[in-house]
Amino acid sequence: MTTIGVLGLQGAVREHVRSIEACGAQAVVIKKAEQLKQVDGLIMPGGESTTMRRLIDLYGFMEPMRTFAQAGKPMFGTCAGLILLAKDLVGYDEPHLGVMDVLVERNSFGRQKESFEANLDVTGLAEPYNAVFIRAPHIVSAGPSTQVLAMHNDRIVLARDGQFLGCSFHPELTEDHRLTKYFVEMVESAPVSV
Amino acid sequence: MNTGTDRVKRGMAEMQKGGVIMDVVNAEQAKLAEEAGAVAVMALERVPSDIRAAGGVARMADPRIVEEVMNAVSIPVMAKARIGHITEARVLESMGVDYIDESEVLTPADEEYHLLKSDFTVPFVCGCRDLGEATRRIGEGAAMLRTKGEPGTGNIVEAVRHLRKVNAQVRRVVHMTKDEIMTEAKLLGAPFELLLEIKELGRLPVVNFAAGGVATPSDAALMMELGADGVFVGSGIFKSDNPEKFARAIVQATTHYQDYELIAKISKELGTAMKGMEISSLSLEDRMQERGW
Repeated sequence: MTTIGVLGLQGAVREHVRSIEACGAQAVVIKKAEQLKQVDGLIMPGGESTTMRRLIDLYGFMEPMRTFAQAGKPMFGTCAGLILLAKDLVGYDEPHLGVMDVLVERNSFGRQKESFEANLDVTGLAEPYNAVFIRAPHIVSAGPSTQVLAMHNDRIVLARDGQFLGCSFHPELTEDHRLTKYFVEMVESAPVSV
Repeated sequence: MNTGTDRVKRGMAEMQKGGVIMDVVNAEQAKLAEEAGAVAVMALERVPSDIRAAGGVARMADPRIVEEVMNAVSIPVMAKARIGHITEARVLESMGVDYIDESEVLTPADEEYHLLKSDFTVPFVCGCRDLGEATRRIGEGAAMLRTKGEPGTGNIVEAVRHLRKVNAQVRRVVHMTKDEIMTEAKLLGAPFELLLEIKELGRLPVVNFAAGGVATPSDAALMMELGADGVFVGSGIFKSDNPEKFARAIVQATTHYQDYELIAKISKELGTAMKGMEISSLSLEDRMQERGW
């Protein structure tokens, strides 16, 4: 069975686990870097990106995660997870993982009272997707290899760059598992390297 | 496009799970908290133990302090309004605070009515001692709960009592047959529909953090062990000998609450925790948890 890890340092971990299981894959909460070896793909959940970054450094996750990415294994970042994946961040000199070819701006829709829900048209999905945006980032620009999958008010909110999938919103907060399913299929069709 | 929906408000608290929210009184403390890995900060004029010491009426913080903290960090900023103080809450909302704590740490403005939190776009967190109180606050629109504990004491006993009680009552409701729920609602003073929802979900519909007495990394880990979704630390950090070390250690102990070797390691050489207080030394009127209902 396909095994997908959820980075379990902080944030909406439980919700992603539920969604992965609903898609028929096995979920593992990753609290230690060595657990990355057990999984075929990794979801980085919503939460506080600043906090996650501190904990990634503290527990030595950075190199193992980069190795994981170099092995071609799929990674999916939602909200804070997108910030961790991005190659460039508005207002920062250095990215976090810096693997997905997008420029991301943090908190770009405003503070919590501006957080919202909206229906999105997603490339490849027949019906609109109800997306929950919380203090959300957005993708300011995407590299040539990156495919834009959804926009909201002229802003890129979902994109795929090869093995990397990133979105501004929180698919884990709804019962709609289509995006998780999309990621599970990415993992299933990824070249296997043991 | 909709703002201020339950999903958006509750979702914001879901993003804080497994994290530590720290009380701060200025930009410098806020930066230290962010640096240490806090998921949010609570901007206050004084931490609870100082509120206790100062006596008198405790109100919403000076908006200058809240603004200073908002400008200093990129993590979410929370602030406290007095129980039932509609205007303080509206003022904080207008300033763009990310979460409001309708808090018993401040002197209540209304002894009968809590805020109708569903009326606001900004989400609220409220304290609770049992499931009746928890569901009444959710019924009014709270999107996040925390134990009341006994703030500013550095004594974890009340937070433990409140968390255990809520969780035991949730388990009880989950295992009840549907025809027993109305009687339980009457006994708890809880909205019937919310108890039904809890029965169906198998848990509370919003996250529940620990608060009120967390003073050490082990205290934070204990609350996680007992099922808290995360931890608020009020006086525990900036009333300790070494706030920076305490802040980092409490964050780590919260993430890895069952890694006892790690907790032992980070607890070494921390210096002295805040001075604790025996709850029985507080008269009933001096217990903040008795505020609100």
